Amino acid sequence: MDLFEPEAHELFDKHGIPVGRYRVVSTAEEARAAAEEIGGRVVVKAQVKTGGRGKAGGVKLASDPADAAGKADDILGMNIKGHTVGKVLIGEASTVVDEYYIALLLDRSNRSFLAMASRHGGVEIEQVAAENPDALARVPVDPIHGLDRETAFRLCAEARLPDAVRDKASDILIKLWDVFSKEDATLVEINPLAELTDGSLRALDGKVSLDDDASFRQNGHASFLDITATDPLEARAAAKGLNYVKLDGEVGIIGNGAGLVMSTLDVVAYAGEALTNERGGGVKAANFLDIGGGASAEVMANGLEIILGDPAVKSVLVNVFGGITACDAVANGIVQALGSLQGNGKTIDKPLVVRLDGNNAAEGRRILGEAALAGVLSAETMDGAASLAAELASKGV
Amino acid sequence: MAIFLSEDSKILVQGITGAEGTRHTRRMIAAGTNVVAGVTPGKAGQTVDGDAGVSIPVFDSVEQAVRTTAADVSVVFVPARFAKAAVVEAIDAEVSLAVVLTEGIPVHDTAAFWAYACARGNRTRIIGPNCPGIISPGQSNAGIIPADITKRGRIGLVSKSGTLTYQMMYELRDFGFSTCIGIGGDPIVGTTHIDALAAFESDPETEAIVMIGEIGGDAEERAAEYIKANITKPVVGYIAGFTAPEGKTMGHAGAIVSGSSGTAAAKQEALQAAGVKVGRTPSEAASLMRQILLSH
Repeated sequence: MDLFEPEAHELFDKHGIPVGRYRVVSTAEEARAAAEEIGGRVVVKAQVKTGGRGKAGGVKLASDPADAAGKADDILGMNIKGHTVGKVLIGEASTVVDEYYIALLLDRSNRSFLAMASRHGGVEIEQVAAENPDALARVPVDPIHGLDRETAFRLCAEARLPDAVRDKASDILIKLWDVFSKEDATLVEINPLAELTDGSLRALDGKVSLDDDASFRQNGHASFLDITATDPLEARAAAKGLNYVKLDGEVGIIGNGAGLVMSTLDVVAYAGEALTNERGGGVKAANFLDIGGGASAEVMANGLEIILGDPAVKSVLVNVFGGITACDAVANGIVQALGSLQGNGKTIDKPLVVRLDGNNAAEGRRILGEAALAGVLSAETMDGAASLAAELASKGV
Repeated sequence: MAIFLSEDSKILVQGITGAEGTRHTRRMIAAGTNVVAGVTPGKAGQTVDGDAGVSIPVFDSVEQAVRTTAADVSVVFVPARFAKAAVVEAIDAEVSLAVVLTEGIPVHDTAAFWAYACARGNRTRIIGPNCPGIISPGQSNAGIIPADITKRGRIGLVSKSGTLTYQMMYELRDFGFSTCIGIGGDPIVGTTHIDALAAFESDPETEAIVMIGEIGGDAEERAAEYIKANITKPVVGYIAGFTAPEGKTMGHAGAIVSGSSGTAAAKQEALQAAGVKVGRTPSEAASLMRQILLSH
């Protein structure tokens, strides 16, 4: 989960990293009040989970409360890379002497953690890394021993931070390690870490990504979940405990196992490309939905309900490989799921292509055949099923 | 021969008295696996019964189980919040292989037990977490991979995905497999594609290798470099997630395209540049492997 800026500020503040005063508001009037409270010049920043908001005009300096209200009014409702701005942060403006960069992150390639620092802060770090790789210093961090002060200082030296700030920056790196390790983060980044006129350092902006798998021991993170930021279908699926991602195509997908479902999305897209329909473009998958190994009737019913409730869906592809679960059990699950949906007054008006393969596949297909459900078609192979589902979706478009 | 797991392997199951642990222990035994012990703290003295009168003793600790039964492989079914301690226990007991099936382990915990295994000299190979395990068909099955969809044979398989592993095993069941390994889809895993490729290269029973990858990280790109420099046996690849959108986690915690890194296209390109034939669909990958084996 990627956090919004104020949530990141909250975690920085909790672990003693200086962040300056700020408020988050959603109207121009609230912006005026917040600016009055903070006093002096303030910065008005769009709250969107995407980079480059400064370039897009989403960050502005305001000289007084009236100016803050005007700037907030300009920024609220702005569209930045597809994200509509619903909130702005009003922060204490700082007179910045210099800007640096520090971060801790999961290093997948080395199966460990990495601390990074640069004396070039305030710009996108990917750009620094690409244009001038030497300007980004990196030090591995042992997951058991953590980041010690000596290593932090060495990193600051390697990044050629000015002598005068190395001690302070090392202190902040140690605190950043606390955020990273105690909050179960996969990325914590301060950019820019600003040096102010009085020589102090302050985190002016930051990114934090948290590990969703650690939620069982991070109760404080539950409030960070921003339901409004997710798609309504994704929110409904999440409430039912389904592993669902909304996509922008027309073929609803249900499968068992993340790899198989990802593969199904691809195969449907290939089948869509191969079709020439009146729209000119090929049909694609409308969602990712992994119902896991078990594929019980209840999970199948929940999944089908979400997918059939998606107005973009024109056909549905159920792609199950029976490994541990036998396909006859899956077929019975589908029959029961459709029965219970119809029993609850839901009409099933979209064609359903079912591919069952593996353990007891023949028996599974026999069960589906005997049930003779309207609109349910059986396919023998994954590629064949994808072609059929794509064709049905393109006709239904 | 096979890799990492053979008919001589003596298996212990951590978390054997849980519902999943018991269910899959019985399936492992039914597949001919030599399960010798189970571990659940506080439940020493109990037994878990399999078919045909097999009775597996339960111990309080891995150390006791290993001392009593000489178990050398541990299969970990322990829930996510206790998994780190369980894996550390297996490492301390110096089992040669720990297969961690548990899904949803915080990545800080995985990083910690991996660092611990390294600090202890990597005497314990870790497979997973969040994986279906490893099977050497006809010999031993450590995990939840279905044992009856293929037979012992000459293909080696390494995959990030469980169901795609089963699909590939099934499509090529007439040739059979030496060993199939699900390495898992988490951001940090103990055994990588490269580890499996290296072992398959030196395994006389393995004639060709199927490698299945997916979006996220750069393990496939690194494997491609390794193949180019070190692998003489034919390799067929398959990558899932070409149409996955940027910034969305697709089921597996590690399956995410971040910016321009971790894309399926980059992985496919790297593999092809290393001389690996890559199938567009799982079935196409299977038929590429079929052609290679028929021409051998």
